[in-house]
Amino acid sequence: MTSPSLDKSTPAAGTSSSGGEPILRLSGVTKNFPMRSGVFGRTTGSVSAVAGVDFELRKGETLGLVGESGCGKSTLARLIMGLLPVSAGSVEFEGQDITKLSRSGMRPLRREMQMIFQDPYGSLNPRRRVGSIIGDPFAIHKIADGEDRVRRVKELMELVGLNPEHYNRFPADFSGGQRQRIGVARALALRPKLLVCDEPVSALDVSIQAQVINLLDDLQDELGLSYIFIAHDLSVVRHVSDRVAVMYLGKVVELGTAERLYTEPRHPYTNALLSAVPLADPDRAAQRKRLVLVGDVPSPVNPPSGCRFHPRCPKAQEKCAAEVPTLDSGEGVALDPDDLAACHFPVLPGEDLTQARSALTGVQATPEAVFGAIGSNPGSGDPTNRDSTNGDSTNSGARA
Amino acid sequence: MSEQAGPDATIPAPVTADPAGPPKRPGPPPPPTASPGKSVTARTPLQLAMARLRRDKVALAAGVLLILLILVAVCAPLIAKLVGHDPTTNYPDGIDASGLLPVPVTPGPGFLLGADQLGRDVFVRTLYGARISLLVGMVATAIALVVGTTVGLLAGFVGGKTDTVLSRIIDIFLSFPFLVTALTLVALNRDAFGQPRISPILLVMAVISLFTWTFFARLVRGQVLSLREREFVEAARSLGASNFRVMVVDLMPNLVAPLIVYATLQIPLNIVFEATLSYLGVGVRAPTASWGNMLFDAQASGYYQTQPGFLLGPGIALLLTVLAFNLLGDGLRDALDPRSSRTMAKD
Repeated sequence: MTSPSLDKSTPAAGTSSSGGEPILRLSGVTKNFPMRSGVFGRTTGSVSAVAGVDFELRKGETLGLVGESGCGKSTLARLIMGLLPVSAGSVEFEGQDITKLSRSGMRPLRREMQMIFQDPYGSLNPRRRVGSIIGDPFAIHKIADGEDRVRRVKELMELVGLNPEHYNRFPADFSGGQRQRIGVARALALRPKLLVCDEPVSALDVSIQAQVINLLDDLQDELGLSYIFIAHDLSVVRHVSDRVAVMYLGKVVELGTAERLYTEPRHPYTNALLSAVPLADPDRAAQRKRLVLVGDVPSPVNPPSGCRFHPRCPKAQEKCAAEVPTLDSGEGVALDPDDLAACHFPVLPGEDLTQARSALTGVQATPEAVFGAIGSNPGSGDPTNRDSTNGDSTNSGARA
Repeated sequence: MSEQAGPDATIPAPVTADPAGPPKRPGPPPPPTASPGKSVTARTPLQLAMARLRRDKVALAAGVLLILLILVAVCAPLIAKLVGHDPTTNYPDGIDASGLLPVPVTPGPGFLLGADQLGRDVFVRTLYGARISLLVGMVATAIALVVGTTVGLLAGFVGGKTDTVLSRIIDIFLSFPFLVTALTLVALNRDAFGQPRISPILLVMAVISLFTWTFFARLVRGQVLSLREREFVEAARSLGASNFRVMVVDLMPNLVAPLIVYATLQIPLNIVFEATLSYLGVGVRAPTASWGNMLFDAQASGYYQTQPGFLLGPGIALLLTVLAFNLLGDGLRDALDPRSSRTMAKD
């Protein structure tokens, strides 16, 4: 989504890549899940799910969050929503640190920030009527009841394209797309400023995905919402996001405008991830070389030292194993908050990563589709690259 | 029980067409208008379950029988008046003194099921016994249901130390031998003059619920453990719902179906418990009529050999009641959870 045209409801919201007031600021957000074992539940270790994430979300902006399964995207969403306590760091919503708020202290903020869940089948209570599900926010925050609540719920149903007459039905009476609209209606009930969408379309088929994405887009224009949009479908994220953050093993490895990040990815991991995006054109797909990472995602129980990506990185050097790279604009590049990568040796435009070989481990990204390697290598995770013809080197794309 | 989604997830009610196609931008699509001609009505899970239940002839018959039984129990004084006998009077004409030894009369016009060893009307006493059985069975089950559900909800939802403590309490209760403890408790219910301190009926109810709430607690805890991980609980939390609200508004509706089934199957067990206690002489005591103490009287006096109604009256009543509750419970389980093993014929 390119900068959405804003209506009068959000006069101050800027969507350009550099301006805009932040609505949400994350600094050093960390979450470790303790691992317990034995009868007495001794803590024997911890899973580092999110390890020091910093970013800002501006008013009216959509920030895409991508990464493979298990990289901490959903955990981060729950940390932002205060559904999980953070282990360290702070989440500031409109200047207020919400990580230290109690549950009751958090309640007023719930009206400002809402979440859309991944699974439209699991996120709606199967035993309750749609009208009462959508009316929940009004009941919880004691905003409206009786006739007034019914009227408001029906308005919301109309807003998201549901028939208000279906007020008394149960979730089972609706299709997947309709259910996700119910989830959207519930999230919008309190007119929030921020919507955290945790893979809102992953469970839907492609035509319904388009419906829901367009609905979210339209609502952003109408209501001036800010979105955090989590997905593992890279093309969906490119379509909806102003800026995109790429996560790997609990860390943001690259953050940039959607345009820049997709055409000139600087982090080797982003390169690999993007090279797994299927191309609709088989001729173009056949021409491109793909970057297949070697090995598996390391366990977050015992993450690698230094740069968490270094054991699989074709450009890794001594420094990568020793020093944790900061999320910055890189050496010799003018500092631009929309162009950040956490890499000691960022990929330069035009560089062919398939030729690179790690100085540290000798790891080389597999340039060709080797069936054995692909079969045993989940490589780039969610955007599954089962089809070898999908291979493409992003560097050719970067030159374009 | 691993099912959580309930019947509504598998048998969706008829749905009208999806708001077809992606919305025309800008603006969401207009809501679809109801398709003319064929009217489609959505049915609630309860309606669907009742429709399934109506197709189950056995459960239906059991339900009808139970309704009759409850009516008879409620109207017992009325019927006693019609018959002309009350349950506790020793009628002289109930004893046949014409033979060598006086024996209770056999079933006949005056005494429909004959008389017992003291000349009381077995038929009227059986009717009054139904009152006790149903009252004790239902009230004890209701108490166990409320206590068990509360404990199970707390243990399952709050988790952690609360769960550990409550689960251990449940384990302790389950490790008591029912009969021995019940006999002891009832025996302790005596004051210095040998009179019961509290009403034996109340005590029997209390003892039975004391031993059965654990089953409800375990059932609910197990269900809640799986329900609380569902996304709709997280959704409710993200809306700012309190723990109490999540338990009552979000979890309870999902527990209703298994609880109904379980309670229906627990009532007959509790009726048998009551009969057992009364038979052993520690439950409801004479002259109050209870099926358990009637069976004891019939067996102890030995008159059932000449007066079979003495034994058959309470015996058959107990059998029918327990059978009817069990069959209805089975039918309810099939109706509320269509994924259970028994398959229903298509209508």
